[in-house]
This record gives sequence, C-alpha cells and structure tokens, in this order.
Amino acid sequence: MPAFVRQELELQMNLSKSFAVCAAAMASALGHEAALAESKLQPSLVVDLRAASYSQDPEEYSLPGFQLGGEGGLSDEGLSLGHTEFSMSGIFADKVEGKFTAVIHHHMNEVEADMEELWLQTVGLGNGLTFKGGRFFSDIGYLNNKHPHMWDFADEPLVYRGMLGGQYNDDGLQASWIAPTETYWRIGVEAFKGAQYPFTSIGNHNLDTYTVFTKIGGDIDESQSWQLGLSYIEGDSLLRQSGHDHDHGDEHEDEHGDEDHAGEEHEPAFSGDSEIVALDFVYKWAPGGNPRNRSFVFQMEYFQQRENGRVDMLHEGAIEESTAYKGRQRGAYLQGVYKFHPNWKAGLRYDRLFSDNSGDADILEEAGLASDHDPYRASAMVAWLPNEYTTLRLQYNYDKSSPVTDHQWMLQFVYGFGPHGAHQF
Amino acid sequence: MTRKILYLCLLVFALPVQASTLSIFACEPEWGALAQEIGGEKISLFTATTAFQDPHHIEARPSLLAKARNSDLLFCTGADLEAGWLPILLRKSGNDRIQPGKAGYLMAADHVQLLEAREKVDRSMGDVHATGNPHIHLDPRNILPIADVLTRRLMQIDPANKSYYESRLNDFRKRWKSALARWDGQSAAIRGMPVVVHHRSWVYLQNWLDLEEIATLEPRPGVPPTSRHLATVVTTLKSTPARAVIRSSYQDARASQWLQKQTGVKAILLPYTVGGTEAAKDLFSLFDDTISRLGKVAN
Repeated sequence: MPAFVRQELELQMNLSKSFAVCAAAMASALGHEAALAESKLQPSLVVDLRAASYSQDPEEYSLPGFQLGGEGGLSDEGLSLGHTEFSMSGIFADKVEGKFTAVIHHHMNEVEADMEELWLQTVGLGNGLTFKGGRFFSDIGYLNNKHPHMWDFADEPLVYRGMLGGQYNDDGLQASWIAPTETYWRIGVEAFKGAQYPFTSIGNHNLDTYTVFTKIGGDIDESQSWQLGLSYIEGDSLLRQSGHDHDHGDEHEDEHGDEDHAGEEHEPAFSGDSEIVALDFVYKWAPGGNPRNRSFVFQMEYFQQRENGRVDMLHEGAIEESTAYKGRQRGAYLQGVYKFHPNWKAGLRYDRLFSDNSGDADILEEAGLASDHDPYRASAMVAWLPNEYTTLRLQYNYDKSSPVTDHQWMLQFVYGFGPHGAHQF
Repeated sequence: MTRKILYLCLLVFALPVQASTLSIFACEPEWGALAQEIGGEKISLFTATTAFQDPHHIEARPSLLAKARNSDLLFCTGADLEAGWLPILLRKSGNDRIQPGKAGYLMAADHVQLLEAREKVDRSMGDVHATGNPHIHLDPRNILPIADVLTRRLMQIDPANKSYYESRLNDFRKRWKSALARWDGQSAAIRGMPVVVHHRSWVYLQNWLDLEEIATLEPRPGVPPTSRHLATVVTTLKSTPARAVIRSSYQDARASQWLQKQTGVKAILLPYTVGGTEAAKDLFSLFDDTISRLGKVAN
C-alpha cells in the first residue's frame, strides 16, 4: 500500500472516529443513548478511475476571461484517479443525520486528499424546516451539491469550472424550509466562512459569504417531472489566486502551499466582491414513471457573475502591477441524456461562456482575464451501467475553451461499495 | 432581496391552512386501497406509485417531497422495498409526524411474518432484502393484521374520529373474511399448479395458493432476464413443465412472451396490485382477478 494511501486512510479513520464521538455526544445530549447503538453508521466507498487523452497539452489549458481556481482545469492525461470517496453516514437518535466524506484524487499529476464533507443535519424537525451545519456542498445550482460520480458527464460544465472552481463546498450553516404547498417549493439560506474558492478568507472568521436559493418542482403527468431553481451567492476575496499554478505545480510538493506558487511568472490575484446569480432547470421523462428502463433527462444551468475590485499581478509574493477590475461573466450549458436500455445511456452537452471584463488591457491580457474569446465546448458520451453500482463511460469533447481546438477523450469507471444507492432527483 | 423573501414567507404562512382531513401518503397502490377502506371520507389520500411502476426504482421527485412534507401518516411496505427513495423523502421532508417511531410511520412489513429472511446478504445474490421478501400484500391473509395496525394508528392520530375508523374496520373485516372463504373455494383447481415467475414478487401468492415455482426469468432478483438464463429455463421446462409464466404490469413482457413461443407455456399478466389490470379496482377485485386469471390456465 503506497504511503500516501496509508496516511490518507489513517486520516480518514481519525476523522471518522471524531465524527462518531461527535455524533455520540449529540445523541446523548438529546437523551437517546440507546438509539445510537441501534443507528447504523454506514460506510461507503466510491472508486472513480479514469483515462484521458487530449490533443493539446492539458497543462496549457486556459479559459480566457475566467480565472481557473479550485479544482477547475482538466483531469490528468493518461490513467488517473478521479474523485474517489470514502464516506460514513448515519442517522443518530432519529433526529440528526451526519455525513463525513474524504476524497482522494489526482490533480496536476499529484494525489490530493481532502475532507469534502463533515456535517450534521436535523431530520424531521417539523414544519418543513431543516438546519445543517459543518462542511458541505452549497445547494446553489443543480449540480453543485451532487458528487461528481453522480454526474452524467465525466467533467464539470464550464460555468462551474470558470466561476466556482469546480464545486463550492465550505464550512457554514444552512437553514431551509419546504412550503406547505401542493407544488414542491423549497427556500433556503446559507452562510459560509468563504474560505474556499471562489472566495478567500479575508483575515477574520466571520460567516461573510452567503447564499439564498429556491427550488420549485412537480409532475406534469405520471411520466414527466420538472424542477426549476434560482440561487444567489455573494462573498469577498482578498488576493484570490488560481488554486493551482500550472507552470510551477511540479516544483512544489506542498499540496496546500498556495502562497508558495508565485514563481518567476506573474500570478494574477483578485481582491473584491463576487456575486453569482444561477438559474437551473431539469426536466425528466420516464415512460410510466419507470426511470430504470427508459428515460430522458434535459438539464440546463445559466450562471451570471459580477466581480468588482482589483486584480494584482504578484511576483514572488509582491504586488508588481495592479488594475481596477470589473468582471462581467455569464455562461450556460444544456444537456440531454437518453437512457435507451436499462444498462445504457447516451448524452449530448453544449457549453458556452461569455465575458465582458474591464480593467487595464495589458494586465487583463497577462492575467488571462481578457475577453477576446468566448469559450465553448460540445460533448458526447455513452455510458454502460451493468448494475446499480457500476458505470463505464466514454466521453468526447470538442473543446474550444481557448481559441485552439482540443479533442478530448475520457474513459471513466465508477464503482460503488456500500449501501443501496439513493435515487435522488 | 432578503425583504422580498420575507414577504414571500409571510404570504405562504397566510395561505389557508390545509383541509382538516388526515392526509395519508401511501407508497404503493395496495396500501392506498387499504387506507381508503378504513379511512373512508375522513382521509385525503396520496398514492406515490402506480401499478405500472416498479416500487424498487422510484426517484425521490419534488412532487413526492412536497406530499411527504404535508402528510400525517406514511403507509408503506418497508423491508427495504423503498430503500432507494423513501429514506430521502424522510430526511428531506422536515416533517416530524412521519419519522420512524412516530404514529405516522407505518411499515406494513413490520407487522407480518416475512418469508425468505436471510442471515447474510451480498451483491452476488442480486437485489434481495435481508429482512425478507417485501411483496407481502399478495397473501390476502396478511391484509387483516395490517388493517388492524392501520386502524389503531388512525385512531391515535385522529382521536376525534375513533369510532368512525373502528366501525369501518369491523365492516372491512367481515367482508374480507367472507372473501377469503370464497377465494379458498375458487382456488381449489389452482393449488399445486407449477409456474414460472418473472421476479420473486409472487412468493406470498405462491405460499397462499401452494403454487410450485419451477424457475424465475430473472437470473438473480432485480437483474433483468438474459438470453443465456432464459435458455436454461427452456431446458428446465422440458423436464419439468409449468402451466404459466407469470409477470406483473410493471415488468417487461418480452421475456415471458419469448418463453411462451419457445415452450408453449402460457405467458400471463397478473394485476400484482390494485390498478394492475382493468378489473383490479380495489383489494377485493385484485384477488378476484388474480384467481380468475390463474384459473384460466390451470387446466
């Protein structure tokens, strides 16, 4: 067993131990010690292996007009580990649900480990109310709170890559409420520390990033259903850099040393305020209401981002040049996935981004934020699902993220160990 | 923005409170039908699935969440039949009345003896449930004990209508007992009949009517029929003939029709639950139609 895997497992075990202790404390606080013994803490493991081939150098990947932070970027060429997740979840004393997820994956040819989720959430509080706290994926958008192995494509839509650095998860609190209406209607608010991309900690520990979201949905008839969501997220950044420096990633073994990344080249950093408005819509068709046999899913999301502040060019940690910056970015993706057989799915997706950023032209050019190209991408995928816990997917992207055409091929294998999978909408 | 949301909240709280009838969320049509028998006009009923849906494979759709949020009683099979979607509805609904341990959480399988309970379950066995086979409603002798529990729960949640529920239970019990006697007489010709089943969803019916299961079309529970497995079924049928190949309204007809062509054994559709055939309009006609359809191929 390689050393990093062993370390990771130890880390996970320690974390899950503290998680169990924490849950036990909550259960006893609620006066239900006996209930904890009955509650099952379910471990689960999802293995995500992938192989990718690109006609351009993935290290040179860029998305003009957008900052690539967090986990934004291409998965490694050749064989690599996608988001391989180990999680523990359970319900304690019938009142509190908890989940812990640790993930290891390849990024920029390094294996990274992360604690993605560690949260507790109320169950059956009454009146449609639910509270959640800890580290979790925000409920903004449609895909943001879904783990990558549940997506219908092997990579994230460009709007997620260009505005959220993949997905937004952070430490925070959430309150949500389902209205007592015939049509499903849920509204919620979240407050986060804002320490994860696309935000940075600005020297205090306040919950100064917040979101508001609402979702409505229902059935048209027994075969058709839909959901519409609208969300808003706002937060601040101080010297926000791309999480990973493409040119110098190999020289720095320290996975978390974001500050160390300023090498000989200039690294752009954004300081200011960001806000995103997101609209998502999903339509599902399953003849007779049996999605297992045959189904069609149409899904789209539209994101609009405004950033106001400044962009500094950093060189060896010092600010060399600065410009006032107004980022105006929007983008969408549309996708349709047809399950034509209980074991087969095929889908098409189209991504498009636009930006109209303003600031000093030379600095924006150097920072990769110049709005001289509108990125787009067309994708096709086919997936084989021999059973409920295995997926083998082949995907092709005609990628015009930058003016050079990239032909991207991806093969993804997902296998889940653990409890029965949930059929989420 | 925040102010607008506050206004929206106020608007919703100001909406007229929902009708005062007790609202029941039934996961499957058989429990919806039973709830209607006992609850009569004092309940408002929502049935989450139809006879044409496979209850194993339902998505936790927004419409189901909205209904679960507003229900006073959740009436489902349990025994992990709804494992893919019911836990999501429970966790996300924010409804305290229908959580496990509450009067509003009623799993029928908790109140009858389950067949095929297993010590150990693993994936090589297919989609099997450790607690036992969940398709309990197909033995009509299971219906009365469940009706008893349901009535007690209704009386507990809605004490104002105690006597109403009690008298409806008594009436239902009388009619059900006489139907049981009638079905016993009608099924004499069916008893001991050898059959092939699509999925192991008929074990309780088989147990009640002493049907002999020669083979299943699914190689393992929940795994769709494969041509290789069907070929072995053809061989089995040569040495051990059966009278019928049974499938439900939600199962694909192709495998059993193919088998009928190969072997001459009649492929028949049984209602499986209320609404599965034209004739199966309620729990009584569900069994009337099942027996009549089996009777037609018995000799």
